[in-house]
Formats: sequence, C-alpha cells, structure tokens
Amino acid sequence: MVGGLLNWLSALDRKLVRDLWRMKAQGLAIALVIAGGVSVHLLAAGMLSSLEETRKAYYERYLFADIWAPAVRAPDALVHDIRAIDGVQAAETRIRMPALFDMETMNEPASGAVISLPDAGEPAVNRLHLVRGRLPSSEQREEIVLLQAFADAHELDLGDTLPATIYGGRSELRIVGIALSPEYVYAIAPGEMVPDDRLFGVAWMGRRALARSVNQDGAFNEAVIRLARGASEAAVIAELDRILDPYGAPGAYGRRDQVSDAFVSSEMEQLETMGSVIPPIFLLVAAFLVNVVIGRMIAVQRAGIGLMKAFGYSSTEVTLHYLKMVGAIAFAGLALGAAAGIWLGRGMAMLYMEYFRFPFLVFDIRLADFALVGGIALAAILGGAAFAVRRAAALNPAEAMTPPPPPDYSRAVGTRLTQSKVFDQQTRMILRQIVRWPWRAGLTVAGVAASGALLIGTMFFTDALDEMIETSFTIANRQDVTVVFAEPRSQSAFFSIARQPGVMAAEPFRAVPARLRHGPAQERISIIGAPLEASLSRLIDEQGRTITPPPGGLVLTADLAAKLGARAGDIIGVEITEGRRPHLEMPIAAIATSYVGSGARMEIGDLNRLMGEGPVVSGAFLTVDPDSTDALYTRLKEAPVVAGVSLQTMAMQRLDELMDESLGTSIFVFVIFAGLIALGVVYNAVRISYAERQRELASLRVLGFSRGDVSYILLGEVAFLTLLALPVGAAAGTGLAWYMASAMSSDMFRLPFIIAPATYGFAAIVVLAITAASSLLVRRQIDRLDMAEALKTGE
Amino acid sequence: MTKQSSPPRPGNGICFSTRGVTKVYGSGPAAVHALRGVDIDLPEGEMVVVLGASGSGKSTFLNIIGGLDTATEGEVVFRGQDISKANQRELTRYRRQHVGFVFQFYNLMPSLTARENVALVTEIADNPLSPEDALALVGLEQRMDHFPAQLSGGEQQRVAIARAVAKQPSVLLCDEPTGALDSKTGIRVLEALKTVNDDLGATTLLITHNASIASIANRVVVFADGKVREVRENTTRKQPQDISW
Repeated sequence: MVGGLLNWLSALDRKLVRDLWRMKAQGLAIALVIAGGVSVHLLAAGMLSSLEETRKAYYERYLFADIWAPAVRAPDALVHDIRAIDGVQAAETRIRMPALFDMETMNEPASGAVISLPDAGEPAVNRLHLVRGRLPSSEQREEIVLLQAFADAHELDLGDTLPATIYGGRSELRIVGIALSPEYVYAIAPGEMVPDDRLFGVAWMGRRALARSVNQDGAFNEAVIRLARGASEAAVIAELDRILDPYGAPGAYGRRDQVSDAFVSSEMEQLETMGSVIPPIFLLVAAFLVNVVIGRMIAVQRAGIGLMKAFGYSSTEVTLHYLKMVGAIAFAGLALGAAAGIWLGRGMAMLYMEYFRFPFLVFDIRLADFALVGGIALAAILGGAAFAVRRAAALNPAEAMTPPPPPDYSRAVGTRLTQSKVFDQQTRMILRQIVRWPWRAGLTVAGVAASGALLIGTMFFTDALDEMIETSFTIANRQDVTVVFAEPRSQSAFFSIARQPGVMAAEPFRAVPARLRHGPAQERISIIGAPLEASLSRLIDEQGRTITPPPGGLVLTADLAAKLGARAGDIIGVEITEGRRPHLEMPIAAIATSYVGSGARMEIGDLNRLMGEGPVVSGAFLTVDPDSTDALYTRLKEAPVVAGVSLQTMAMQRLDELMDESLGTSIFVFVIFAGLIALGVVYNAVRISYAERQRELASLRVLGFSRGDVSYILLGEVAFLTLLALPVGAAAGTGLAWYMASAMSSDMFRLPFIIAPATYGFAAIVVLAITAASSLLVRRQIDRLDMAEALKTGE
Repeated sequence: MTKQSSPPRPGNGICFSTRGVTKVYGSGPAAVHALRGVDIDLPEGEMVVVLGASGSGKSTFLNIIGGLDTATEGEVVFRGQDISKANQRELTRYRRQHVGFVFQFYNLMPSLTARENVALVTEIADNPLSPEDALALVGLEQRMDHFPAQLSGGEQQRVAIARAVAKQPSVLLCDEPTGALDSKTGIRVLEALKTVNDDLGATTLLITHNASIASIANRVVVFADGKVREVRENTTRKQPQDISW
C-alpha cells in the first residue's frame, strides 16, 4: 500500500518519505513541541474570541446597561430627566433590594437580590433571557423569575416556592420563570472571590409588587442606562450624579465596576496573557530543535547531497527538498496542535459554561487565528531550518562526497579550560563537545530551562492562590460569617446578633460608600470602620503584621493607593456619598496589603464621627462555634435586620474546590506541555549526540570501555547541560511567575508573587525525570551498538 | 597479563587457535555466510599479514578474534582459553586487557589531543606505557598536543597505533591500516607497526588488499570464500622501507 503510494512520488520525494520515517521519533518530538504552542495559542485565542463575540452578541441583544446609578429613594418622575441627558440612548428605573433566601435544602442562608421588572412590557435596559416560563404578571404579588444558576443549584423549577426575607419582611415567592441575565453572567455576591451558585440568588419581580413590599411606591433606587454610540460615559455619570445627588446616590458607575462584567473582562485579559506568553516559548524551542535536527541530518547526508548535486540537482531543489521535510514536520505539529486546541477548547468552553452563564457559548476558532498561529509557527520552524539548509545547498559536490575532516577542537574558545589535569579523558570529551559547539549547548540549556520555567510559571499559581487564601481567610479575614444589615443600625442591633447562639466572637463594622480623589484619579469604594483592636477582620502589611489605623487615620489597600497614585502621607479627597455626604481632605495613614478586593479602613468611632452620627453599625463579623452553625443560620434567616450573610468558611472551601477543578486541570495540562518541551529538547540532544558520536562510541567500546563508560560520555553531556539548565530555568521561571502575577491580577484580586520551594523542587524533579527517561531511550541503542558496523570494518 | 619478552620467538607457543569457525549474518534465504569453517593456529609474537579479496571473510575473522563479534559456530581459543563462548562483559575485559586495534579510518576522538587519545587507553589499562613513550614509539613526540584535525592522515594513523600499543597488548589487530594513505605515509605506518611488533612482541595481524605488504610478515594467510585458502611462512622478511606500491 505504502509502497504503491511511493511509486507516485519522484525519487527525491521518496527519499523524503523514507527519511521522515527513519527520524519519526525525533520528528514526532518536534511536532509535539510545535503542537504544544499551537494548541495553547488556539485555545486561548479561540476562547477569547468566543467569549468576546458571545458577550458582545448577548449584551447587544439583551440591552445590557452601560451605567448603573444607585440611589436611596428617588421619585419616578426623574426618569424623564435621566432620559434627557445628552448621550443616553435608553434608561430604565427599577428597585433593587437585598434579600435572604431560606432554602429547604440547606441550613446556610443564601444572599442575593430582588430586582424589579416593568409591569408592562420588557425593560428597555437589561432584559432577561427567559430559559423557560414567563415574566411575572403585574397582578400577582409573589411571582418571580429566578436566576437559572441558583434554580439549578437548588433544583427549583416553575411552580416551586421560595421563602425570602426582603426588607425585613418574609414572603413566599413563586417561580414563574427561569432566566439568565447579562448582569449575572458571572453570578457572584459582591465582595466574594468565587461564585457559589447555592449561596447567591437573584429574583425578578413586578415593579408594583416589589415597590409595595419595600416601601418604594412611586420611587426607584437604581437607574440603568444604555449609552448612545460615541457618548461619553464620564459625562453621563457626572450628570447622573448631579441629578441623583439629593436622593442619597452613592455615585453612578460603569461596566468596569459592574461585578459580573468585570470578572468576565478579567478572565479575557488572562486568556490574552496566556495566549501571548506561552506559545512563543514553544515555537522558539521548536525552531531550535528543527535547526539542530535538520543540521544534523544534513551533516549525515553530506555525501548524498554531493551526489544529488553531481547528478544535476540544483541548489534550489536541494533546499526545497529539506524545507519540504521540515514543512512536513511543521504541518504535523500544526495539525496535532489544531486538533488538541479545538479539543481542549471545547472542554474549556464546557468548564466556562459552569461559571459564565451565557445563553450559549460555542467554542470557535477564527480563521484568522488559525492563519496567524500557522504563519508564525511555519515562519519560526522554517526560519530554524533555513540556516542548516542553506549550508546544504551551498555544498560543493566534489567536497561533499569526500568524508568530512575531523572537527577542529583546537580553536574552540574554552578548550584551554578543559586541559586541566583534574578531568579524565571521558569528562574532557564531554566538556570539549560543549565548548566546541557552545551555541548548540546554550540552546539545549535554554530549551530545558524553558521547560522548567514553564513548570514554575504554571505551578506558581497554586502557591500564589495558597498564599492568597492563607492571607485573606486566616490572617486578614478571620471571621466565619459576615452579616450585613439592611440599613445602618444602632449598636443594639449588633449586640442582638452577637448574643445569638453559636456566636463565639463578634465585631461590628460600619461601611460607607465614598469617592476618593487624588489628582485626576478617582475611585469608588466603601470605607470600612472597624474597632481599633479588631481581631477578626484585620488589615495587614506586606510582612503579614496587623496595621492599626492611628486616631482619625485612613488606611488604603495597596492596589487602591496605586490606582490613585497616592502613597502613605499623601492627602486625598474623600467624598462620602451617604448621609450628610461630607467632603473631606484626609492623609493616608498607612498602606495595607490585600489580595482580594480593595478598600479603605478607619477606626469605627472615627468614621461615625465623620458621618456625624452616633455609634451606628452596618453589620458584624462573627466567629461561630462549628457545632451551632445551624441554629445560628436559622436565626439569621429570620432576623428582619439582616439583609445579607456571607459565609467565609464556605467561600474558602469553594475556592479550594475551584482550584482543584479548573486550576488543577490547567496545571496538569501545562505540566504535560512543559514535559513535551523537555522531552523534545533532551531526546533530540541525546539522539543527535549519539548519531554524531556513533563512531567514537564504537571506538571506545573497541578499546575496551564498558557500556557504562560509553554511556557516561554520551549522557554525561546532556546531564551536565540539564544541571546547568536547572538554575537558569529557576531564574526564568521566577521571572515568568513575576510577570504572570502582575499580568493576571485584576481589580478583583491580585496574585501575590510567591513561589514555594517545593515548586522549584517539583519542576527540577520533572525536568530530571524527563532527562533520565530520554537518556534511557537512547542508552538502549548503545547496548545494541554494532561496533564492527559503526567502524565500517566490514568488507 | 604477562609482558612478552623481546625479541619475539616465532613458533614458540600458540596465540590463537581456531577450529570450525563459521559466521552467518541473517537467516533463511537471505543468510550470508561470511566464514565457512576457519581452522588456523597463529603463533605468539608473529607479524601475520592477512590477504584476500573483498568479501573473503578476513575482516569478519579479525572482528571475531578481536572480541568485537562472536562466531556462529566453532571454537576460538586465545592462549588456551575459549573466547567464543564469552559474554559481552568478558569480551569487553578481553579487549581492554589484551587487544589493540588499528583501523583504516583511524577512529581517533576528535575532541582529544594525540596525547589525550592515548591517555584514554592508558587510564584503563593494567600495565601501560606512558602516552609520551607510546607516541615516541611511532615518532610523534613533537605532535603530542595536536588535535586530530591538526594532524595529517599518516600522523593520525600513527596516533591510532600509539593508542593501540600503549596498553602493551598481547595482540595488535590492524584492518587496512594503510588503506587510506599514500605509499610513502603508508610505509611510515608499517615501520611503526614493525617497531611495535619487534619491541613489544605483540602478535600482530594486519589485514590488507595490498599483496606487496605481505613480504614484511613472518606468516601470510590468504582468505577466500570464507575459508583459509593458503598459509605460508616467509623465510626472508623485507623491511617496510624496502617495499613499495
């Protein structure tokens, strides 16, 4: 069959096919490295474009808002003023209320929100995608549409009821529809790191029904706006703030501060980073391998090339012949990479659909991305080959057909160093090989180091997240439960919570929305007031030490200070957007480290004084006796003052799960990829070295050296280079991790730049194991080395 | 191993004795019979020239008595010990202790200087000459620190001879040592081989296509079709410088 096919080919192409078959293991090793780069790029680019296009289509079709403008209570009539703002294409007013859901299937209270829908028709902004059922009717008070993720997590369906506490009142809500919303693509409670579908729910109700139950008749507490094409977001926000200022508005914000969209954007940025950092590493390594392998093949086929040229083949034909061979390997790598990229992409899209709730998400790679990665890969690979092939084309036929003279080691830089008496001859041979071809040795070191760096740069995520979890949950935020009141309450509300069964420790906090200004920069945040000796929710510095704000002092998290361009000691403008709305100038007392979220912090009494209020609290941090959590949860769900409960322990568990699930898988995939690089580099290095030194090795066997002695010369070189590559890889991996830490950090969280010693150790073990395995593959050939044949003593 | 006393005494003791040695490569219809029953006795210390056409089996024979290859059938006795049944490890030890090889294409380590190429062997031998003495024996004392790339073909071959004899082998096996050299250089190499044979008393087998070299031998063995066709002793030996081709 194959023979039949071969007959169709020209003699030169037949040689090509047979050469490729003979070097299949090396060719495959190169193709796999190419495939690694191609698949990572296609995976990232495909996922990115799929997400981008899906998001764009979804937002367009469901009229996703550009601006959110919350208020305390504003008259309905203002909607006309809002619609009249220059640049506003559509505006809708609505009521959004925090809610607690009391789920039968779990003891923990689920937090979330109830949002109003217009009584007639669909909203002009932020439409729902009804998965099944219908919108609530204006007549039926308790009808709701429920967010699909929450419904699925609790196996709720049309007709089921859902007990909820809204604005202190208990109601039994009846599900008439299940929906997705562009506002909750990533359904996560504010301030949380990881979504937990069981603990966060959103329900939509008729406007009139909701207004009546929360005392907002004829009023709204949030306006959502779509901008006209080309309108200035900042100008519209300024105008909205002006209009809503008298109604307790904490300040309007755009998509950048919308939790769900911010998470989606940050995910896309991460994909972009992954797609642009990782593939070049693979392609560079592949280009180097091609150069070395083809260079080696040309050296072996020297006489054949001379013969071809003597028979009248032109330099171009010879060049083309070898480029075809390289092209075949590159195409194999591209095909493998494309297949792997699509396969991984589909898997990843399924994983994404668990976290990012779009009505649809089809993993699709744009033709342009295929073309781009294909072009870059081919250019890198053919570029790698070009140098070696040019040499083949330039060979003079007569010269090529005589055996090459022995390579001259006398002029290699560094030969002098190898003359030291401390080396035996075998070690000397290893060292001279390296100094004679330092470029090649350097590339081998670089290739192996790249593999190690990739391992460290990937596994660093586990270390960073461990540190993040450790710092966030066990050092900074040590509470088990955060309780948020529906509105600021007197201290007695705090004490009533603190006295609940199971509460072991409680600390009050006051949260106040504010705008911070420093120069041209401005940020919306919450200033948290907490007791001076807070032991539950603490601020810590870089060394993990607790920071205590000085009297009247304001402490900012490092990322916030960076965004404001402010340092400790700078005076910043603080515009509080609640209550008396004081505008103040305050110095930054200290900068705190925070990996999750950002914010500003003061002593609670100081904050109360700034607000001109008495000892008022917004909620409480609690530590809870694990045996009494159920009783506590029951009481919290029934307490009318409680608007939201966030469960730290659950969040931590969830984060752990998430890390195991998605991060675990990604790391596994990257370890495989890094392994491919090491395998490709080391196997080819040893294989080439073996091919070049076959005669030498056979001579040594003839001289009475054992297989072990001979293996030492062959494998010692790669072992030495691998050992050299370990520190280089560690340094490069540290750099990669540093870059990843900054590139992958977003407004939501920052990856600490921390690499555990075990990560270096693991990377080293993987690299060494792969070196050993590749070496053993070639070592088997030493055992089979035919001395008589290698020395051409046969007649 | 015991060092041979010099001068050599041809006929005094047998170095190699083979009986019924056959070598078959491959099997079935594709089988190639390289040796078809070789019976020969080679005395200690002699200079033996092996002649024969291509494919006559002389290199195969050399490889087998040198422990590079094993016979399919038959006995190969070296100083009373049958090496035809030896395993790889024993053959490695045999080569290391007793055999020096010289090949047509030198097979030097290009990354080692002349001195270091010789040291490669002296470092693992039991009773070696110093690399300097071995190189002096072949007239290369002035070129010891040169790499193979810096030496002429004849010089490279003499380094190969120095490397082969530095361990003071019992036997020196040379496969076409002058095959890649011009006549003048070839004669220098033959002189070096003769000096080694005379001074160290190593039994020396020299394969060649070149019949004129036969006149420097004690004994000439002619191979044809995988068998020994003729063995003759030279009553008078020529000096290398007296021959030409």
